[in-house]
Amino acid sequence: MAVIKVQRPKLGIGEKVYFGALIKGFFLTMGHAIKTLRGKSVGADTLHSSGLGVTMQFPEQRWDKEMPEHYRGAPTLVTDEQGRDRCVSCQLCEFICPPKAIKIEPGEIPADDRWNKVEKRPKEFEIDMIRCIYCGMCEEVCPEQAIFLRKDYLITGLKRADMVHNKKKLYEIGGVRVGLVNKWNELK
Amino acid sequence: MSETPSATAETKLPKDLAAEKGMVNVQIDGVWHQFPKGTRMIEACRQAGVNVPHYCYHPKLSSPGNCRMCLIQMGMPPRPAPGEEPKYDEEGYLPIGWMPRPAIACANTIGENMGIRTTGELVEKCREGVMEFLLINHPLDCPICDQAGECRLQEFSVEHGRGSSRFVDMKVKKPKNVEIGPRVRLDDERCIMCSRCIRFMDEVASDPVLGFTQRGTHTTLTVHPGRLLDSNYSLNTVDICPVGALTSNDFRFEMRVWFLKETPTIDVNCGTGTNIIVWTRGNTVYRITPRQNDEVNSTWMPDSHRLNFHYINSDARLTEPLLKKHISHSPTTWSTAIAEAASRLKDFAADEIAIIASGRATNEELFLTRELMQQIGTKRFALVPRFAEADELLVAADRNPNTTGAKLILGENDPYASLDSIRADVRSGKIKALLVFAEDLITDADFTPEDLRGLGYLMQSHHSANPTAERADLVLPSAAFTEKRGSMINLSGRLQRLNRATEPVGQVRDDWEILRDLISAISSTKSELYLIEELFKKLATEYPPLENLTLSKIGHQGISVIETGYEIPLLTHERARKAAGTING
Repeated sequence: MAVIKVQRPKLGIGEKVYFGALIKGFFLTMGHAIKTLRGKSVGADTLHSSGLGVTMQFPEQRWDKEMPEHYRGAPTLVTDEQGRDRCVSCQLCEFICPPKAIKIEPGEIPADDRWNKVEKRPKEFEIDMIRCIYCGMCEEVCPEQAIFLRKDYLITGLKRADMVHNKKKLYEIGGVRVGLVNKWNELK
Repeated sequence: MSETPSATAETKLPKDLAAEKGMVNVQIDGVWHQFPKGTRMIEACRQAGVNVPHYCYHPKLSSPGNCRMCLIQMGMPPRPAPGEEPKYDEEGYLPIGWMPRPAIACANTIGENMGIRTTGELVEKCREGVMEFLLINHPLDCPICDQAGECRLQEFSVEHGRGSSRFVDMKVKKPKNVEIGPRVRLDDERCIMCSRCIRFMDEVASDPVLGFTQRGTHTTLTVHPGRLLDSNYSLNTVDICPVGALTSNDFRFEMRVWFLKETPTIDVNCGTGTNIIVWTRGNTVYRITPRQNDEVNSTWMPDSHRLNFHYINSDARLTEPLLKKHISHSPTTWSTAIAEAASRLKDFAADEIAIIASGRATNEELFLTRELMQQIGTKRFALVPRFAEADELLVAADRNPNTTGAKLILGENDPYASLDSIRADVRSGKIKALLVFAEDLITDADFTPEDLRGLGYLMQSHHSANPTAERADLVLPSAAFTEKRGSMINLSGRLQRLNRATEPVGQVRDDWEILRDLISAISSTKSELYLIEELFKKLATEYPPLENLTLSKIGHQGISVIETGYEIPLLTHERARKAAGTING
């Protein structure tokens, strides 16, 4: 490999004495400080600033309205317009989940259930939100359109156990999704 | 005096060379191979390492050739015109005239100078067409189907399918979720009519209860009216079903197969020593399936043996050494337990101590049991017999898996003989201390709780809680068969290896480790045995049939070490069918 010698740039006298730049920076900073005190900093309006500068007073103030359509929050389970649990516990999300946050205990739907035609649904479905990295692979892999990432981002708890979302909690956050493909509806 | 070139060529033609050995030359995908006469094309391809996709063909069953998935292109040398000399190429083969239409590889036998093409446009088009036909009525059940992940239809539709369906009509509706037997569930919509299960029940299990009704698209697999698929071999139909039409009730919705780890080991429920695969996830055993060994169990296994594993993950497992203080047991450490046992045994004279071991113990464990006997100085020893009715196939009358090994290791013709005299002496009070390894005396050896109450000392090792353990002064938790390593010899004299599929639960130890520690505690010497491999090496030097063997040399298929003259009935049937040309594998 050839060795290329890089020449240091030649500095002028003004650059060598950096005092000028220092003063320039001082005025710039002061300019911003004054703007902030007058409540006129850049982006203050769009971010609904309520205090100094662009600072948003979280959690009293939320950024939720600004969230983009593709925002990936907590993964959840959804029911459809007929109230059916869409998940059939195929365990593909458990398989694909990079941090192994998902744990499913599959179970059989009893014969007297309205949806016994589907035969299978999760007995228990747990997502460990400490492990979850919000990558959205579970949503992508789901063949039944049962798992969706919602915009919930405030996942907190006082214990480790609080951070594990069980089936009940997942359906609670997920709610109902309409207009999805439903292959189990056809008459048999 | 040199021979003419043509004369040498004639004597050295490949067809003559092959014929001398009873073989024929076949060209598979452009490479010439030799196979025995009468081999099926599909077997020849398999032996040549070329995979031909198939559904209905099974090497241990007859070939009806009804799935059409194994279509290949074949060719034979054109018949020479009258008076025309055959034209051999430089290698001595005749040119192959390829047939324009495909042939099924599973039901046709190979011939001399035959050509087989498993690739090419014709074959690929055929496979794509067959896949499209098979999929027009197949439901999109994969997310709930237990077969998903090991489904031939899934695999071949990825490899050979067209990816999308052109079929616009409604799919045919058939019965779903039908209980056709106590252990098997049928989903007719998923069935692709390969008839493997029908042939298995007819040809191998000799209980032809399955069959097709209706015709064409409406063909339905059903069980004979008034009958159930309740044979002790019914779960083999689940194994051979290439799709999810037949699924196991026991494994139903338990776990997806892609999570499971396979460990090859052997079954311990009878003297046949069926080769099995244990399927585990984490430390849980989910199912057991047979593993092919043509000298033991072919590719089958009985349901009763297959389903006898649920105790391994049950709550009844013993996980800590338990020492009896006054009335109740309390957990203790291994070192205390072993020291306690050694010191208590010193209170008894050698002939007051008897040892009862298990016919389910490995050779290594029996070897150490013998050493323990010598260490204590007692000659009172017996194994617990387990005899029940044999069937005509794989279940042997002797339900202990290692009787042959016990005879070899202990040097006795009937290691079960002295159990009765030990029992009598326990009752009469002549025997005051009993050491029991991996056996439950009350359930399996006709002891009564009163017999055991009269004992001065009772020590038991067992995997699960049991009536004998309740009365024992010391209970040691030992490993279940999926947690063990070691070797066993089956009834036909085949040395086979147990492999560890799950880690021992809690503080459980393998029986050989318990025996080793007990021996060194009694003799107050430090044992040099740290690995089961070393123990087997020691065994191999002492017993001539095991000479020069190591645990790893046994391999997954086992080695025949003793001539016992015992013939596994299933293999006798299979060899007869093979000799008759019904089956090929």
